[in-house]
Amino acid sequence: MNQEPTPALGVGLGLLPFIVLIVLYLYASDLRLSENPNDKLLPSFTSLGESIHRLAFEENKRTGLVLLWSDSAASLIRLITGIGISAMLGLIVGVLNGIIPLVRANLSPIVAVLSMVPPMAILPILFIIFGLGEVSKVALIVIGIAPFIMRDLAQRVVELPKEQLIKAQTLGASTWLVIIRVVLPQVLPRLLDAVRLSLGTAWLFLIAAEAIASTDGLGYRIFLVRRYLAMDVILPYVAWITLLAYIMDWSLRRLTQLCFPWFVGGAVKT
Amino acid sequence: MKTSPHRTNESYIQANNVWQEYNSHVVLERLNLQVKAGEFCTIVGTSGCGKTTFLRLLLGAEAPSRGQILLDGEPLAAEPDENRGIVFQRYSVFPHLTVLQNVVLGIELEHSWLLGRLFGVARRRAEDQAMAMIEKVGLAVARDKYPHELSGGMQQRLAIAQSLVKTPRVLLLDEPFGALDPGIRADMHNLILQLWQESGVTIFMITHDIKEGFHLGSRLLVFDKLRYDKQAPEAYGASITYDLPLAAQRNGILNEINESLAETAQYQRQAVV
Repeated sequence: MNQEPTPALGVGLGLLPFIVLIVLYLYASDLRLSENPNDKLLPSFTSLGESIHRLAFEENKRTGLVLLWSDSAASLIRLITGIGISAMLGLIVGVLNGIIPLVRANLSPIVAVLSMVPPMAILPILFIIFGLGEVSKVALIVIGIAPFIMRDLAQRVVELPKEQLIKAQTLGASTWLVIIRVVLPQVLPRLLDAVRLSLGTAWLFLIAAEAIASTDGLGYRIFLVRRYLAMDVILPYVAWITLLAYIMDWSLRRLTQLCFPWFVGGAVKT
Repeated sequence: MKTSPHRTNESYIQANNVWQEYNSHVVLERLNLQVKAGEFCTIVGTSGCGKTTFLRLLLGAEAPSRGQILLDGEPLAAEPDENRGIVFQRYSVFPHLTVLQNVVLGIELEHSWLLGRLFGVARRRAEDQAMAMIEKVGLAVARDKYPHELSGGMQQRLAIAQSLVKTPRVLLLDEPFGALDPGIRADMHNLILQLWQESGVTIFMITHDIKEGFHLGSRLLVFDKLRYDKQAPEAYGASITYDLPLAAQRNGILNEINESLAETAQYQRQAVV
């Protein structure tokens, strides 16, 4: 409990599970391929490399697009639109719910109930209302994560010390000014936090929507090539999605540190 | 005709038969008080004797169940406003603003109702005004620090500067030095006495330290229950049981007498001429 790893040991220990995973994969893949060279389940690193080269650097003969990049662009536009709309909605509803008792009495119950609706269960409704285009996919992400962000932010606003709000009023702030000068700046880092925590959920809904009805996108591609057991496409795609999600998570954390130096270690110290 | 100095600042704050009850729980009863402008009242009493409730009434954070409180003859506004500054034991400063921004905020809120921000010349003027206040409380070296980088005593200095830059008519202090080390506390006592004498603001300060209550201020108010029922401890509320003038007040009275005599003497000289 009291033994801390040295920096080098820490990095080594962190890398170890990854290395174990890769070695296990290589061993299992080798085992299967030695029995049946045409086995598709665990492709060798050479065939994975070839397929990554084909997906990421060669133009598709029919469409003239490089598949990985066009899929990534389609998926990321949907994901970022969905998350952006959710963050805006979450911020507005969350702050008003947190600071104005009359709004809270009005909106808090409906947000609580709506957040319990399983988004996948209403995906068919979204397809019926918005059609099979982009809107229904973005709407699924918004319905999936906006209620969580709203509730989380409202809670963060309620947790602001009452003393601060009273102090602001004695300095001459109206309700509006309390919101924009005291509450909003203090919940922005918490908004980034809430967005970061809902990234995984957002990806889940994006891929689900793409798997069901789409003509491009990362989730679409994975579910398309599933029919041919094309693990040489699925595995790089999964790794790529994981990398994208990790980069987003990391950048949001860095952004919080850079923009909000007073927000130390995820909490306000006073 | 000459107006007496006693009449010009007669009962600036007046509490008339104030009661505060929550359902059957009586916190304050039959509270009467007259305070002149520029007095420094320290308030002591055990916990649960309505000290904080009385401060919240003065602040406008709640309204009395019965009776009324007048500020300069007018009933107090029922919401906290710029007339009354406050410093709490904790959480009085804004963690997302630097020392300078914390003090400028009050000026910005007053002059910009839409954005709560000032720009250009107006901002520079506000910053100068804020810096003067920051220097008075001895925080000039920390102007660009965030509150979490300050010690407890420095945070309280900041909270006081933040309130006083608005030149409130009444400054309310709710155990402002309760969480500080004794050495720091002595420094803060000197600071608050100095600021009080310079600005002439009326101060109410709650403290749980009776010594502190005697040392500071011009008047000591003791909150206590006059009646107590062991079977129903909440049946009777507290009121002011002791109301003592303190050393500083004696100086004040002395000055008042001197001024009054000097003024009379002046009139007499004029009459002779």
